[in-house]
Amino acid sequence: MRQIAILSGKGGTGKTTVAAALAHLASQEASIVLADADVDAANLELVLSPQILEESEFTGGGVAVIDPELCIACDACAEVCRFEAIVPGDETYAVDEIGCEGCAACIYVCPVEAIEMQERMDGRWFRSQARYGPLFHAHLFAARENSGKLVTLVKSRARLAAMEENADYLLVDGPPGIGCPVIAAISGADLTLLVTEPTVAGAHDLERIVGMARHFGIQAVVCINKYDLNLAKTEEIASWCAERDVPVVGRIPFDQAVTRAMVQGKPITEHSDGPVPEELQRIWARLKAVFGENDRRAFYDVELEGGESDASF
Amino acid sequence: MIITVASGKGGTGKTTVAVNLALTIAADQSVNSADPLLLDCDVEAPNVHLFLNPVIERGEEVGILIPEVDYDKCTFCGRCAEVCVYHVLAVVNQKVLIFSELCHGCGSCSLNCPEEAIHEVLHVTGVIEEGHARGIRFAHGILNIGEAMAVPVIRELKKRIGEADLQPHSSVILDASPGTSCPVVETMRGADFVLMVTEPTPFGLHDLKLAVEVARGELGLLVGVVINRDGIGDEGVEEYCAAEGIPILMRIPFDRRIAEVYSEGGLVIEALPEYREQFRRLYQKIREEVKK
Repeated sequence: MRQIAILSGKGGTGKTTVAAALAHLASQEASIVLADADVDAANLELVLSPQILEESEFTGGGVAVIDPELCIACDACAEVCRFEAIVPGDETYAVDEIGCEGCAACIYVCPVEAIEMQERMDGRWFRSQARYGPLFHAHLFAARENSGKLVTLVKSRARLAAMEENADYLLVDGPPGIGCPVIAAISGADLTLLVTEPTVAGAHDLERIVGMARHFGIQAVVCINKYDLNLAKTEEIASWCAERDVPVVGRIPFDQAVTRAMVQGKPITEHSDGPVPEELQRIWARLKAVFGENDRRAFYDVELEGGESDASF
Repeated sequence: MIITVASGKGGTGKTTVAVNLALTIAADQSVNSADPLLLDCDVEAPNVHLFLNPVIERGEEVGILIPEVDYDKCTFCGRCAEVCVYHVLAVVNQKVLIFSELCHGCGSCSLNCPEEAIHEVLHVTGVIEEGHARGIRFAHGILNIGEAMAVPVIRELKKRIGEADLQPHSSVILDASPGTSCPVVETMRGADFVLMVTEPTPFGLHDLKLAVEVARGELGLLVGVVINRDGIGDEGVEEYCAAEGIPILMRIPFDRRIAEVYSEGGLVIEALPEYREQFRRLYQKIREEVKK
C-alpha cells in the first residue's frame, strides 16, 4: 500500500480538486482508500458524494469548569493561566472555553477545589462509502482544539481499512499550512504531492512546505496549478524545484471548467474532457512512475507521451 | 477598531483584501485614521510582506516556555509527568524525558514540582518581525519549519496591538490563516469585526459557513462578507448571506488582471486604481456595521 499526502502550504491552490481527480483516476485501475485530513474545512465530501456508514464521536481533551458555588474569586487560577482563559468576576470566576487549552494548571492552585476538568466532544469522524472507495473524514466542531489529533485519528482508521482491504493506495487530502494538522497529515506518507500556483505567494509557501517535507524525510513532488496564469512564475518555480531535485510532475492549465465541475459536485476528470483532465492523467501516470521501484525510465516514457520535456528531471 | 480578515477556505483573497484595505486606510486622510497596524497572523504561510515589501526594523525570537530539570534537586517523584495532560514528561530510570514538541507551555509541571526542580526555558518556535511600509505599521510571525503550534506565535504577535499606542480612530487589521481551528480562533479573538473573504463556489460557501459559526456563533463577533471572483460559480453564497442576515460589503469581479497583479506580488489599488474607491467604501461600510 502506498500512502500519498496532497499538501500545499498556501491555501486554495487546488489540493482537493487534484485529490478528487486522482481518486477517480486511481480507482479505475487500483483499489484505493481516501482520507480527508482537512478536518476544520473538509471539502472532499462535496465532490465524492459519500454515504456515511459509521459515525463516531471525537473527544480531544478536557476543559476546566469552575463551580460558582465554591469559587471565592481569589484570582489564583487567573494568575497561573497562560491562555487568558479565566474570566474574572466579583463573586465568581468563569472559564472561557474557547481560550482554555485544557492544561489543568488551574485546578492545582485553586484553594477551595472549585475547578474540575470535564471531557467534551470536539468533533465527529465518519467512515463512508464514497464514489471511488472508502472515505474517512471528520468535522471538528467550531472553535475547538486538537485538529492534529483528529487528523491522526482519521488517518489511522483509513490506514487500517487500507491494510484490511489490501488497497493499493491511500490518498490523503491535507489542510493548508505547515503546522500541527499538516504534520499529522504527512506523517507516514510514502510521497507528498505539493500543489502550488504561479504566484509570489504560491512560490513562497511552496518553499516552506518543501522544507517541512524534508524535515520529516518525506519525498516530495510538485504540480503547478493554473500554470498559464503566469508563465514566468511557473518557470521560476520549476527551476527552483530543479535545483533541489524536487520533480515537477505536472502543469495544470487554468480552466473555468474546474469551477463548473465543483458546482456540479464532481471531480473534473469525471465532469468533462479537456486539457485539465488530460494533464491530471499524466500526473497520475508520473506518480505511479515515481513509485515504480524508482524506475526513472518509466517516468521518461510518460514524459515523452506527454509531449513536454521537464528540466527538473 | 480591530478587523480580522478570515475566510475558511484558503486562496479566496484574504491577503489581497487585508493589504489593500490597510493601504486605503493609510492613504486616505479623509477617514481620519493614520498609521493602521497590519498583522499577518498566518504564521504558517505568511504572505503579506510579499506585497508590502516592508522595511523590517526589529526581529524577535518567540516560542513557548518548556521545562528543564535541575537534577541536583529532582527526586524523580513523577509529579510533573502526572500533572502534564500533554504527556510531555516521562520519568524513567532516574531520568526525566522531555518531549518538547508536545508542550503547550502551560507551566503546570514547574508549578507542581514539590522540589522546585523544574525551571522553564524559552523554546524558540518562530520569529516576529516588525517594520513599516507605505504608512502602515507592519508585523508578522513566522513559524519555524517543523514546529507544530502556530498559536503561541500568533499570541505573541497580537501583543503588538497593546503596544501600538492606538489612537481612537486608528485601525488594526489581522490577516488570518485559512481554516477554522485554533490559529484562526486566536486571530479572531478580541476583534471588533470579522471580514470574511469568500468565493461563490460550493467549497467557498461550505467553509464560509464554518468560519461564520466560529466568529459569530462561538465568539459572538460581528461579521461581513466580501465575495471575491464574483460570477465564477453559483448563487449559494448570496443566498446563504441573505438567509443569515450577513451583509455583503464588497464584490470583487472575476478579473484576470487582478490575478496577474496578484501573481507578481503587486498591489491591486495601485495597479488598478478603479478599485481604490471600492476599498474606501468597504472601510466605510465596516465602520458603519461596527457603529450599529
